[in-house]
Amino acid sequence: MRVAIVVFPGSNCDRDISWAIKKVSGYKPDYLWHKEKNFINYDLIILPGGFSYGDYLRCGAIGSHSPIMNEIKKRSQKGVKIIGICNGFQILTESKLLPGSLLQNENLKFICKKIFLKVKNNNTFFSKKYKLNEIINVPIAHMEGRYYCNKETLKELENNKQIIFQYCNDNGDIKKTYNPNGSIMNIAGIINLKGNVLGMMPHPERCSEEILGGENGIKFFKSIFESIN
Amino acid sequence: MEKLTNLKDLLNIHNLNNIEYKKITKILKREPNLLELGIYSVMWSEHCSYKSSKRWLKKLPTKSKIVICGPGENAGIIDIGDNDSLVFKIESHNHPSYLEPFQGAATGVGGILRDIFTMGARPIAILNSLRFGDIKKKKQKYLLSGVVSGISNYGNCMGIPTVGGECYFNEDYNKNILVNAMAVGVAKKNKLFFSKASGINNPVIYVGAKTGKDGIHGATMASAEFDNNSKQKKPTVQVGDPFTEKLVMEACLELMQTNTIIAIQDMGAAGLTCSSFEMAAKGNCGIELNINKIPLREKDMTPYEIMLSESQERMLIILKKGSEKKAKKIFDKWDLDMSIIGKITNSKKMIIKKDNSTIANIPIALTEKNTPEYKRPWVKPTKVKNIKKFIFPKKNKVKEVIFKLLKSPNLTSKKWVWEQYDHMVMCDTIKPPSYGAALVRVHGTNKSLAMTTDCNSNYCKHDPFIGTIHAVSEARRNIISTGAIPLAITNNLNFGNPEDKNIMGQFIMSIKGMIDSCKKYFLPVISGNVSFYNETNKIGISPTPVIGMIGLIKNTNSSNKKNLLKENDKIFLIGKKINNISCSSFLERIILKNNKNLGPPPPINYNEEIRNGNFVLNLFKNNLIKCCNDISSGGIIISLLKMLINKEFGAEIKESFINDSTNDQKFYQILFGENSGNYIVITNNEEKVKKLAKKNKVNLFKIGTTKKNYLNINNQIIKLNELKNNFENSFFNYINN
Repeated sequence: MRVAIVVFPGSNCDRDISWAIKKVSGYKPDYLWHKEKNFINYDLIILPGGFSYGDYLRCGAIGSHSPIMNEIKKRSQKGVKIIGICNGFQILTESKLLPGSLLQNENLKFICKKIFLKVKNNNTFFSKKYKLNEIINVPIAHMEGRYYCNKETLKELENNKQIIFQYCNDNGDIKKTYNPNGSIMNIAGIINLKGNVLGMMPHPERCSEEILGGENGIKFFKSIFESIN
Repeated sequence: MEKLTNLKDLLNIHNLNNIEYKKITKILKREPNLLELGIYSVMWSEHCSYKSSKRWLKKLPTKSKIVICGPGENAGIIDIGDNDSLVFKIESHNHPSYLEPFQGAATGVGGILRDIFTMGARPIAILNSLRFGDIKKKKQKYLLSGVVSGISNYGNCMGIPTVGGECYFNEDYNKNILVNAMAVGVAKKNKLFFSKASGINNPVIYVGAKTGKDGIHGATMASAEFDNNSKQKKPTVQVGDPFTEKLVMEACLELMQTNTIIAIQDMGAAGLTCSSFEMAAKGNCGIELNINKIPLREKDMTPYEIMLSESQERMLIILKKGSEKKAKKIFDKWDLDMSIIGKITNSKKMIIKKDNSTIANIPIALTEKNTPEYKRPWVKPTKVKNIKKFIFPKKNKVKEVIFKLLKSPNLTSKKWVWEQYDHMVMCDTIKPPSYGAALVRVHGTNKSLAMTTDCNSNYCKHDPFIGTIHAVSEARRNIISTGAIPLAITNNLNFGNPEDKNIMGQFIMSIKGMIDSCKKYFLPVISGNVSFYNETNKIGISPTPVIGMIGLIKNTNSSNKKNLLKENDKIFLIGKKINNISCSSFLERIILKNNKNLGPPPPINYNEEIRNGNFVLNLFKNNLIKCCNDISSGGIIISLLKMLINKEFGAEIKESFINDSTNDQKFYQILFGENSGNYIVITNNEEKVKKLAKKNKVNLFKIGTTKKNYLNINNQIIKLNELKNNFENSFFNYINN
């Protein structure tokens, strides 16, 4: 298994993901600097949270044009698994590796809190360890996490079961009241049609250790390792 | 050099008086030019020179076995064992935040973070202490929103969690808000960096953002009171760029691994001037700067503007000669400007050159040592009168009283504030903001650090001496309530105009209170900041000496599961039953709504503080505590509810706990009174706790037991949902209405 975490200038969850992966699996991922163009084959490449390039212009917009992204696009076509968390998700939509885009939260403020998610598709590389409709408690921390796409795309996402996580309450009710940022259909995470690229706003790396107040992220990392190995 | 004209106006603009000007001519043995006058004005500003406070600050206890570096450097350092050291400091950005709340607060965070990583430490947490005016006023909501977004924007982008703080409202702060930011970092003990320059001909390098025209005279602005025209001072506020700072931080921490740095300092207040002077003065050497080499944001900046700019995200580094290329490579990687702007000399002078001619020539040692130092006259604050008899509500009104207090701006949950801060990034936040101190793990170790900021403004207003002792004591109780051993403090002393003898009296009594309590508790003051002139049109703020405190847990329990609350866990009061209601939140909010005088703060009982604190730590050591909170504003009931609501629990208050209070007065005093040295602990091992209390001769009273869905007090039942709603949603309503 080979895993890389991309470090953009302004990334700040790179160490956190590395830490969580190490904690859950014992494996220590490599870091890839954003200026790299040639690098070895990886089974999984992670775009971490943070503020790549200061998130100036638009979140993830400059990141999507960084030198490494060309290579990552190529590799995603070859089936390499790609995960974008938070700012990473924003980079993935800006790069068109995932459909839709992420707008400013409905309340126009940064929101950092634990929310509930429902696992809507557990038949993916990234969620197979969860039960279908399992309710998990995961933190979010973002200013631009309101997922938006047009009607046709939304239809496709639904039809192809590309919606992986939706915001809900502790009972699993998916309603607008339990939507922290105003995302369309309470969407918190999606995959591409091929199923090898995942983007999500919540941070599984922040809830993979009991001392940090939750372990619901462990199955996320375990799902991926099982898929790869 | 050109001669100064209109000296009177010039001195006025530069906030220097005639005596100070004469001193300058004496040091230079001639008249200064405009650039030199500008340099002196910022160097000698209250903000940079501590000219009114210095003689008093010297009296603070600053040493202990664990102190590696006390006040005087960018931040203080203490030893936390295993070659780990802790670097922390608090600093104010009050004046700029009132003029431009977002940028003022953001750059306050940026500045304090630079102070931490400058010393070789990676920042691991940010805290703050905020004061605003009447929350019902539109202007205050605007200031609050701006300040919170500013802190959020800067800290979140840096990827450092903002884990705690306080946010307090009182009309005394209508015209002068307070924004104090604290940062904590961890460094290896053998990898610390300081600002003392040395080595003749070693290069002086400039790193980070380019110099622009922002923040010119920021330090001078922060050293004067506001008047009706203060809005015009807005251009003195700096503009922050957390993205650049993140790069500067990573690049500096990387460079620090290479053994090439002699000395390093950030450009904070008074920018390039202050940083270069301080570095040379500490090393007792000279420094020569070439103004042509400074990276500029815009063309045609004058040397005066360049030297006085407070543009953010800039560092000054003295390198070992010959290691310039190595350094350049690292800064190139991070896409940062690096420029060799001068060298260290043995002249003991600061010489600034432009186009090869000298444009400023100032003796360094003299400037540092001969800064003005004032022995300001002062008078002891008059004691406030005791509040005479008043009528307490009937016992059956307790539900209303609880709701009123839970809703009041200062006691209600500040979720609205801290949910805008990323308080979890770095994956080490064990206890996030909620109540009491935060708890943050030292990454990759078993150690964790408790941290808090504290100051009860009402107590300090009514008695600066006792109030300050309370601030130290309450911070200490916060730390102990997490199971941590208190280690050291940093302080942010916010006051009005020190030239007013009453204000100076408040300041001095506050310092005396701090000295007294720090000595009693064996707590060194390792860093701090003084902010005077928090005053508008001659009306100053209440004295606000904010205490930042850190404590250590050596072996953190990796599992919290057994500490989850269950129904019928036992709730105990540690300490005497309270009979003081003077200066309490109860008195302020329920009885004397518009009264300026709330009576003297509760007396301090050091013996109770120390004995009870040790006992709580002892209970933690024996794994007998599920959760703990100290008693402060709002008394037992509010302190208990803050903790319980957070854990989705209610409680049944034992009749016998309030039964001996046959009248209304006693009932309310016990439940809502405030004093010193008290804690509430929740345990599932009643017998052992009782036994230990007896052995340690500690007062222990059973308050009641935990209940899942309600609070029962004096046979009045309040649903948990109602409590929660009043506590957690009220602040949102204040903001939105």
